[in-house]
Parts: sequence; structure tokens; C-alpha cells
Amino acid sequence: MNEVSVLIGGKAGDGINSAGAMVAQLLNHLGYRIYLYFDYPSLIRGGHNFAIIRGLERDVGTCRNHVDFVLALNEETIERHKEKYMQKTVIISNRDLVKNGSYGIPVKSILAEEKAPAIMGNSALIGGFARVAGIEWVVVDAVFRRHIPKDVDLNLAVAKKAFDLFDPVHPIKKTETLPLSLVSGNEAIGLGLIRGGLNAYVSYPMTPSSGILHFLAEQKERFGITVVHPENEIAVILMALGFTYAGKKSAIGTSGGGFCLMTEGLSLAGMAEIPVVLVVSQRTGPSTGLPTYTGQSDLQFVLHAGQGEFPRMIVAPGDAQEALCWSEIAMNLAWNCQCPAFILADKTLSEGTYSLDPVTVRNISGAGPLLWDGKTPYRRYENTASGLSPMAFPGAKDAVVKVNSYMHDEAGITAEDAEISNQMTKKRLKKWETLIEVMQGYNVVIQSGIPDASTALLCWGSVKGVCEEAAAELGIRVIRPIVLAPFPVEQIKKALMGVKRLIAVEENLTAQLAALAERHGIITHEKILRYDGRPFTVEDLVFRIKEAGIE
Amino acid sequence: MTRTLITGAQNTWCPGCGNFAIQHTLKNLLSDREREGKSLDDVVLVSGIGCHAKIADYLNINSFYSLHGRAIPVATGIKLANPALTVICCVGDGDAYAEGLDHLIFAAKRNIDITVIVHNNRVYGLTTGQYTPTSPMGFKGRSTPAGTAEYPLNPVELMLASGAGFIARGYTRKMEMLKGLIRAGIAHKGFAFIDVLQICASFFPATDYYDSHVYELPSTGSEDFDSACPLAREWDYNSDARIALGTFFTRVSPTFDERMIPVPIGKEERERAIRELLDARM
Repeated sequence: MNEVSVLIGGKAGDGINSAGAMVAQLLNHLGYRIYLYFDYPSLIRGGHNFAIIRGLERDVGTCRNHVDFVLALNEETIERHKEKYMQKTVIISNRDLVKNGSYGIPVKSILAEEKAPAIMGNSALIGGFARVAGIEWVVVDAVFRRHIPKDVDLNLAVAKKAFDLFDPVHPIKKTETLPLSLVSGNEAIGLGLIRGGLNAYVSYPMTPSSGILHFLAEQKERFGITVVHPENEIAVILMALGFTYAGKKSAIGTSGGGFCLMTEGLSLAGMAEIPVVLVVSQRTGPSTGLPTYTGQSDLQFVLHAGQGEFPRMIVAPGDAQEALCWSEIAMNLAWNCQCPAFILADKTLSEGTYSLDPVTVRNISGAGPLLWDGKTPYRRYENTASGLSPMAFPGAKDAVVKVNSYMHDEAGITAEDAEISNQMTKKRLKKWETLIEVMQGYNVVIQSGIPDASTALLCWGSVKGVCEEAAAELGIRVIRPIVLAPFPVEQIKKALMGVKRLIAVEENLTAQLAALAERHGIITHEKILRYDGRPFTVEDLVFRIKEAGIE
Repeated sequence: MTRTLITGAQNTWCPGCGNFAIQHTLKNLLSDREREGKSLDDVVLVSGIGCHAKIADYLNINSFYSLHGRAIPVATGIKLANPALTVICCVGDGDAYAEGLDHLIFAAKRNIDITVIVHNNRVYGLTTGQYTPTSPMGFKGRSTPAGTAEYPLNPVELMLASGAGFIARGYTRKMEMLKGLIRAGIAHKGFAFIDVLQICASFFPATDYYDSHVYELPSTGSEDFDSACPLAREWDYNSDARIALGTFFTRVSPTFDERMIPVPIGKEERERAIRELLDARM
């Protein structure tokens, strides 16, 4: 199978992410499936940024240790990534700043000749790369015209100058596949929420969730939504609950630290039975941790956050396609089951760019929320067999809609009576069962790799890509629940048929999914963990699986 | 059909509590509203947690009984979701000036069209008598038995600094005036703040003090910020001074909800927008 990896590196502020996006589009237009990993420290200027763009002939969501091409915007890039070079790695560099790159481009003089601003320097690097990678000029021309918003002719002129300097060195094979849409995990989450009927997105900036806030704020007119950035995360969750109470579908986005401030509001959503979608995109903790690096250490936190007991749903998509699909489902089920629903992402997913096939983006049909028919006197917490009470919103004629953070009666009025407390607690817990029942209609546990292999990886979230590739290489199975609450114990047990050795793969210190599974009687035999903020690479994981032992 | 404005919930405020006066005033305003032919279906009451907040149980209107300090962000969300609703926030002094002070300042700063009524008894009642941000220096509460070592804050001055467009102070023993202030606050297009002095019968019975110090401001409220400032500072909630009641400041400016209102689009149009966006990413 053909594949290609390109690393592009430079200083923070050099436009590495957008240059990486152009390289990704070039590979996309050669018919490759794309994963783009962007690595940057928590600062605005200076520091080293790099992106790795990987193109594969099948779906991809991870990187390998080695790269075929390096686009070096500075000397540091060459030095820092030496361990990623192979014999055949080609280095394209800015000759003005890099002494020993094999394919140096005189960026300054090209810009001077074309009277182009410094900002177009990256176009020269991309042009040079395209040539040594054997990409036809017509592809470069088409990609620039589609994806450079302004001064495209000048950018193309700069790129062509560099293109003409070289001959093809390691041509990347063009495939017959058509290009797909390239979107980040955060954008996919935003689009999924929109498809789920989102009316209001409320968020306080926090990496790596901020991309959703930026994306939806930029697109709010296009989608007819309200986007609010309030004073803090406490206000975020409470405002979202206000939106829902008034009948509007709301979602919030944050990372672990911000979510800490929301737990009281989350518990209120549980008690008052107010649907809301919470996107929690994990980064390396505890505390401020590594703000721009990844982690999977908040599963147990999200699972247990908030005082008291109330139903919640947690979905952990593994790539952009799943993020789009499951964000829509999360919104639907939050409303259908009148409970908070989490989308648990991480930096790898949120800020990674993936190929997404728009053709597979189809409407998820299903029943809408249970609404008041206006015939009987309205009681917000009417006790029913399913535990679900019909919803009405203020403004509805003759409905007095009372919601309450205290223990309350069916009308929503505070009640401290033991019998009412008992009944209402049971009512809320009935929704757990309703939620479990609704989940039966979805494929919530994904099995991939070799179906009858007796060794399986148990994983969740963004490690999907790396686990699937490692499993394919080693001939083993991958079992990955997308829904983590309610925990799909039966479906996992079914997927485990014939498995003799179960290996947990997680990006945390304590194997949090494995612990959750164990509570449900599913025992993992080995744990492969990484917690330095960097995602597993394929070679990395393959080595450690071998070390852990395959049955 | 006129509705019964009081629910069947048992009232558990102490005899003589200032909350009765605020509830009665709101009830009268709601009856007036019905008499004027306006529906009560469009009124929402949001409360925090504390003695004041029981009003959400007692008034038979839409209500969101929120968390301690967190009535205002809920009210903001409700108003943004449906600007046609009249949103009234009943909050306490511990509630809005301590736990949720950030939300109060930001609501004023944003000019969200809600009316905030602070049931300011200058003590925590429900938690049985601790000092609040408006208790005077030296207040002997259960957490400060030797007396507080900090000055109170002046919420009227704070609201002026925060950009509130309607700032008033009422007193529960001046009910007609209080009714006028709340009515004007609700009618004010934008953020309205009314600090209501009320006694706590159990932990801060200051009736005699208030009765001998209050006076009514002459007009309906100045639009002049500079003249409102000294008026706001006349009594600092601590020293012995005359206590002005009435409207300190009014100014009408564009509201947050007006500025934030989205133009809704249909499901099909949304689908098309998603397609277009995904196509552009190819």
C-alpha cells in the first residue's frame, strides 16, 4: 500500500498549521486519506511548531515515526526531528535560514523577484516540495486556487519559481480515488451539533476545545445559531441550561480545568432534568498540565462528576467521521432522554485534521423529544413509566414551567418529604434504563482488525487510528466502545467472544477504561499506557504490543 | 382567565420577614399585568438559593430555581433564547454579591434585558446568620463571632461602575414605592438592578435603623452619571448616613439580546450550508 508522511516545521507564528493544511490538500488531491497532527507549545511567538501530514490509501488517524519529506522553515526543524529521518528522507528548506537542507530554496530572492510579501514564503516551500514529490503542476495550481483565499496568482507565481528549481526525486504515486473533505475533529463536532439541531453554543476558551468555539462563532450566521463566550465556565453551563429551559438546544465546550468549574451546573442539569451537550476535550493533566498536548485521563472524572446520582451519556468518537455522527446522536439523545450528554474528545482528535466523506453524512432519523400536548394541566416532572416527563417551555399557553435544583414534586415545587424524594429519585433513575434501552438501537462497540484473533486491544477515543493500524500489522483484534456511559457491557462481552488475551491501550496513567470495564467483570491482561502528552505512533504501539505478548 | 398567583406550597419565611413584602409586590405587579391584558405565560422568574429564593416555589409562574449565586447566567440564557420573555431575577445579597458577583457585573456590562431584584437583608438567613458582602464592619455573625474585619461593598456604586442602565434602591417597608421601582425596572429596556433593603427578622432586624434613615429621591432617576455617583456614595452600607431610596441612574442603550439575536434558518438550508462547507474543504 502506498503511503507518505510529510513533516513541516518552524517557529510559532510561521504559519505551520496553514502550510500543513496545503500539503494535506495536495495529498488529498492525489487521492490519499489524510491525518494531520499539529504539535505546538503553549505560546504565541517563538518556540518550535511542527505538523506531520500522513497520506494513506485507506482511512488514517495516526502518525508513524518516520517521514518521507521534511519542509524545514528553520534550522531547528532539521536538528529536532533527526530521529524521524530515513535514508530516503528528502529535506526541502528555506536556504536563507537553513544551512544543510538537501533541497534549499532561495525564498528571499524569489519573493523579491515576484515582489511578494514575506507571508508568501511558505508557498515557495510548498512549490518546491510538490516538485521533488513529483506532484504535477496542474494539481498544485488546482489546490492553490481552491484553498488560498486571496492573491492566489501571486502565491502561484512564487510556488512555480521554487517548483522549477528541482526535478522529481521521490514521486508520490497518484491514486484513482477522489479527494474527500478535510476537517478537524473540532469542526466535525461543531457540524454534528448543528445537524443535531443546535441553537446555542456557549463556551469559554480553553485548548483544545476552543476550535469549536472559533468555528461556530465564524459560521453562526450560516447556521442561524447563537454563540456566546461568557465570563467563565460556571456562567457557560448555567447559560446553556437557561437556553434549554427556554426551548433551545444548547451545547458547551471546554477541557478538564473548565469542566471542573461546571460540575455544580452539571449536577443541576441532572436534578432539573435539563438536556445539554457537553464537549470535554482532554489535554494532559492534572491542573494546567500540558495545555496543547493530548491525554485520556478525564474519563473517570466525566463519568463521576457532579454531586448526587443522575443519568448521563458519554460518547467518545475516534475520528472526525465518528465525531460528526455521534455529536448529532448525543444532541438527539440528550433531548430524548432529558439528561446531559458528553462528547469526550482529546487534543489528538480535536486539533487533528481527517478525511471525511461527505457522502456518508446522512440524516440520522429517530423520534424527537417528548413534548407536552397541552391537554392536561402541565407538570414538568410528571411521573411516567419511562421516567420521562413531557417538556414544555415558558411562553406555552397555560403551562407553568417550574424547574428546580432542590428535590421537588411533580409540579417542580421544592419537596423535602421522604416519600416524594423516594419517588422522584426513582423517576430519574428510570431514565438510566430508558437510555440503556435507546442505546440498543445503535452500534456502540466497534470491532475491527482480525475478527477471530484471540488477542484484542481494548481502547477508546482517538487512539482508534493507531490501534487499528497496529492491529492490522500484527493480526489482532480491536474492541472499542464509542459509548462509555451507559457502559455497553453486553455488547463488549459479545465482541470479546474468542478473545483470550485483552490488552488495554490508553493515553493515561491508570488505564481508566480498563478500570471501568473491570467493574463490569471484563478483565484486561495487560495495559499499554502513554502519558507524556504525545499520541502513540504505529511503531511505538506495535513494539509495545509485542512486548506485552500476543496469544 | 385569571390565574391563582400563589401556589399551594407552604410558606416557611419567618414572621415579619421582608421577603413577604417583595412577594406581595411582585404578585400585585403580575395581577396588574393580567389586568392590562398581558399574558403571564411570558413571564419567567429565576431565583438563586437562600431565603429569597423560596419565592420561586410560592409564585405560580414559570420559574427556574437555580443554584446559589447562579440565577443571573440562567436568566441571561433564557432571555437570549427567547427575547419575548419577561425575565425577572430574584437573588439574595450573599447570592449575588458573594457567590455570583461575576455574573452580576457581567450582566450589567452586557446590558442584558433582565430585571435583577436583590433581596438585601445583609445577612445569610438560611444558613443561620453569617455576614454577607453588605454586612457592616464589625458585624457579629456565626462565622465572625468577634465581628467582621472588612468593610461592606456598595452595590449601587458597583453597578454604576459596571455599566448598569437602571439602578435603584427600594425598601420593603415602602411597598408602593417598591412596586413603582420594580415596575419601572421591568419596563426598562435593558439591564435593571434594584437593591431592596429588607430586614431579616431572625438575624438582622434593622427596621428602626432603616425607618429613621431612609428618604425618597425626588425624580425618576438621573441620566447624568456624574451626578449619580455622589448620590450612590452618600450611604456606603456601613457608616451612619441618610439612605436614599429611588432611582439613582437610568440610561437606555442597545441590549445584549438585541445584538445577539440570530436569524434562524430552516433544516434544509442548514443541510445545504453543511454540504457547501464540506465541499469547500475538498
